[in-house]
Amino acid sequence: MRTMEKDQDILSLYQEIILDHGKSPRNAGIIEGHDCRSEGKNPLCGDRVTVTVALDDEVRIADLKFDGKGCAISIASASMMTEAVKGLTAREARMMTEAVNTLCREATSPDQIVKELGDELGPRIEQLSALSGVSQFPARVKCANLPWHTLMSCLDGTGVVSTEG
Amino acid sequence: MSALAQNASKNDFRDFDVNSVRSDFPILSRTVHDKPLTYLDSAASAQKPRAVIDVIRYQYEQEYANVHRGAYWLSETLTSKYEAARETVRQFINARSDREVIFTKGATEAINLVAATFGRAFNAGDEVVITGLEHHSNIVPWQILRDQCGIVLKVVPITPEGEVPLSAVEAALSSKTKLVAVAHISNALGTILPIKGIVSAAHAVGAHVLIDGCQGIVHEQVDVQDLDCDFYAFSGHKLYGPNGIGVLYGKEGILDGMQPYQGGGEMISNVTFERSEWAELPAKFEAGTPPIVPAVGLGAAIDYINEFDRAAIAAHEHDLLTYGTEQLQALNSIKLIGTAKNKAAAISFVLEGAHPHDLATILDRSGVCVRAGHHCAQPLMDSFGVTATVRASFGIYNTREEVDVLINALGRAREILC
Ligand SMILES: Cc1ncc(COP(=O)(O)O)c(C=O)c1O
Repeated sequence: MRTMEKDQDILSLYQEIILDHGKSPRNAGIIEGHDCRSEGKNPLCGDRVTVTVALDDEVRIADLKFDGKGCAISIASASMMTEAVKGLTAREARMMTEAVNTLCREATSPDQIVKELGDELGPRIEQLSALSGVSQFPARVKCANLPWHTLMSCLDGTGVVSTEG
Repeated sequence: MSALAQNASKNDFRDFDVNSVRSDFPILSRTVHDKPLTYLDSAASAQKPRAVIDVIRYQYEQEYANVHRGAYWLSETLTSKYEAARETVRQFINARSDREVIFTKGATEAINLVAATFGRAFNAGDEVVITGLEHHSNIVPWQILRDQCGIVLKVVPITPEGEVPLSAVEAALSSKTKLVAVAHISNALGTILPIKGIVSAAHAVGAHVLIDGCQGIVHEQVDVQDLDCDFYAFSGHKLYGPNGIGVLYGKEGILDGMQPYQGGGEMISNVTFERSEWAELPAKFEAGTPPIVPAVGLGAAIDYINEFDRAAIAAHEHDLLTYGTEQLQALNSIKLIGTAKNKAAAISFVLEGAHPHDLATILDRSGVCVRAGHHCAQPLMDSFGVTATVRASFGIYNTREEVDVLINALGRAREILC
């Protein structure tokens, strides 16, 4: 019984959707003529990710891509991120990042976080709820967070985050 | 020792029985995630036998004080144990004298000590030669020295198998070479380097040799006089001893000529505000209160190893290496990283379609501890075109059954991931 539970942890970490994004990442690559670019590294494991963003006239994320090497968790998180934040302002992207942080670190139910984020962002976070499996694996939380932190430093680099307060 | 005496003492060795060895290591009977612990990460740090744990506990409970300072019984007792540990190390590596055995906090500090003192005397244009498979701790100190003194850092390339042929080292040597700093055994691949040949070749061009013996000291019988190396560095924690203790062996004549590494208590013979005089070896390089109890613990670890015939330990580890290699090769889509002919107790591999970290996470849930990552050897990983590998490494206490557990767990991981 206990053994099953342990295996359950693993299965909730490596859900179908994570494995799918890990194996066939969406929006992989580098945007030519990007507005900002940032590289994130995990010096402990050698994983790295580069995020490029193109902004539209309203300073929303018109397009973003990632290029990187890493484990299934970090690649899946990056791939899911590129789908989840398209069309958002930097401020909204930051709210999403914070929500993902909570999702990965705490045993909070994803439903709770979805509800708190409201109609616009809630459904987007819902699509990321598979990332919550990582909360049972403290050593792997940084894998899931790496692309998001990189996106934040990328947007910060443009000054967009600070202008929007 | 006469051949006869050697034979006689051989007969005193404890029979090598892995089950009895395992019972000496308390941690091996615990479970992890409700599974028996399968510890395959001894190359990162080895588990400790009860003999070591007991000594550490005894020292703190019964005989603890600072060393070389107090004119009272407790201090004298621990001082003599600390120095006895030095003598144990001396015999273990067959150094000529106790003065050649410097206690440090680990191999990293030992290598930095050499770079900061012996290396500091180098001039711009002098060359330091390392190899493509070094641990970061035998790369970065030389880069720091390069940036400070303008030395040239040359890297001997490795072969696709992960070997460092003697001829490749020879090709990198010249009259400008001041020091060759090489691993005895690669921590990431298990490759055993031809260090004896490297020492002679280096000496032939007038260069000195430092051997990073972190892994070498564990798996090979080391005789520094026979090797004729100028420095040999290792950590206690990979040798079944405590962490926080390491050794720098250096030839006395060379150590004598070196400036101190750190200044402080213990390392001086006389201090005035105008000038200080350095203490004799080895104290000259042991500034401050040393890792006293860890040193005594290292002595106990060496005593433990000395209960066995080293050849018996080596044969056991070699069997695990051979068996593990066969079993892994029998799995589909496994690629071994590092297939040197001459290897010791470590197998690095990648599994197609599964990142090493994901594998390690899943293996962990089966109680299997392996290292996943770059093994502090990023340039080496680059040369194999990977960012990370999984490494299973073996120690005195591992078994074929544990290899089977690893193989089964890998099968399960593949089911989940691929
Ligand atoms: C070959 C090699 N060199 C150097 C080191 C550094 O040893 P420590 O971290 O104990 O100073 C290690 C340990 O990881 C090693 O395996």
